[in-house]
Amino acid sequence: MELKNSREIPIGGKIILAGNAEEYNTGDWRTFKPVIDHGKCTNCLFCWIYCPDSSILVKDGKVTGVDYKHCKGCGICAEVCPRKCIKMEKG
Amino acid sequence: MKTLALTGDHAATESMRQINPDVVAAYPITPQTEIVMAFSQMAANGLVDTELIPVESEHSAMSACVGSQAAGARTMTATSSQGLALMWEVLYIAAGLRLPIVMHCVNRALSAPINIHGDHSDGMGARDSGWIQIYCENAQEVYEMGIMAIRVAEHSKILLPTMVCQDGFITSHAIEGVNILDDADVKKYVGEYKPEQPLLDIKNPSTLGAIELQDYYFEHRYQMAEAMREAKRQLPAIFAEFNKFSGKNFNLIDKYKMDDAEVAILALSSTCGTARMIVDELRDKGIKAGLVKVTVYRPFPVEEVVAACKNLKALAVLDRADSCAAQGGPVFTDVCSAIYTNLDRKFPVSNYIYGLGGRDMDEAQLRNIFNETLENAKSGKVKKLVNYSGVRI
Repeated sequence: MELKNSREIPIGGKIILAGNAEEYNTGDWRTFKPVIDHGKCTNCLFCWIYCPDSSILVKDGKVTGVDYKHCKGCGICAEVCPRKCIKMEKG
Repeated sequence: MKTLALTGDHAATESMRQINPDVVAAYPITPQTEIVMAFSQMAANGLVDTELIPVESEHSAMSACVGSQAAGARTMTATSSQGLALMWEVLYIAAGLRLPIVMHCVNRALSAPINIHGDHSDGMGARDSGWIQIYCENAQEVYEMGIMAIRVAEHSKILLPTMVCQDGFITSHAIEGVNILDDADVKKYVGEYKPEQPLLDIKNPSTLGAIELQDYYFEHRYQMAEAMREAKRQLPAIFAEFNKFSGKNFNLIDKYKMDDAEVAILALSSTCGTARMIVDELRDKGIKAGLVKVTVYRPFPVEEVVAACKNLKALAVLDRADSCAAQGGPVFTDVCSAIYTNLDRKFPVSNYIYGLGGRDMDEAQLRNIFNETLENAKSGKVKKLVNYSGVRI
């Protein structure tokens, strides 16, 4: 994200648009990333429930992947997975 | 226009009644107590429409003011000394969030030892908090600056909280004849508060007070410093408009017999009244003495002070607060930095720390300061840079 100068931003640190935290790339804070073995996954959705950053992507009740733009790599999903099918890998 | 017998505190309250702010959140503390007391009575008697929030501490008072002003309400408060100290972290938040809160600060010494009387230790500590600071000489000024402060703080190019200071007890508890403007005129002058996208604008939701780390914090602090510089640029026009409205002649600084002055005292607040008398006394003896009163202390009126002092042979700067480890008091270091970086010609400038804990600044001390300044003018050298006046050393 390109950084703006002092004349381009609202005064007093006010955020004038609602919901724009989504634009913030918290994914670059990450050291390890969760990688899901879809072959072993039973779609129990434990990872989806526990993820503090809503970064487990789900479609029609099935885990489809991870939102790496926002996943900070905390590893909670790997810890709570009852099938142990999420591995934390460098990146 | 009518004249009322008012103390400095009651003059502040009278201006608050005429401003009729949406919210006042305050906690009483000596010597500001009578502002909160009298304003509470006004609110109870229906003389104002203000929502009065009696809080449990000054930290809560300033926090409630921040919330209220951010929500979109014109908000005022008042404090002194330990109260201002307890507001500390929230003072910086009010300025950082650019909330134009107006506060009466009745200057009082800081503990320890505990003391309830007037000096500038409280206000001087807050000089870098991002608040505009106006120091008043008497109750009349407290009344008028209290009204003008609303327009200063809420100016669309400024948007900074503003502190209107008066000397504890000396001004706050002494009764003077104060000329009061008509209610309708004051109402028209302050106008309606129209904040841009306040938090209660539910059609345009916004967030205030979010965290900013290494990537944006600096830009917002720079913005705030720029706003203070902009305030310096806008203040002459605000004063001019207020003078037209009130028939007065206020400015960022007040010069007394400075046109041909060779020696002068520079001071803040009530001491200037006594100093003016000594200037007259010296003038009668043929000594070209003068006085510079700094009314707006933050933003510091660098150009005005330099222009007023540029032809002097010697100057004494009075500080009613000490800055323990620095080379002199806060006003002295500001004045020296202004003069010595803007004038090629150097002349002796000395500092006098005085009046701590409400000790009187009497005529004898001022005569002595002028005498020593005359000696400095004669020799062209500062005999002693940092002096203490009126203390048993």
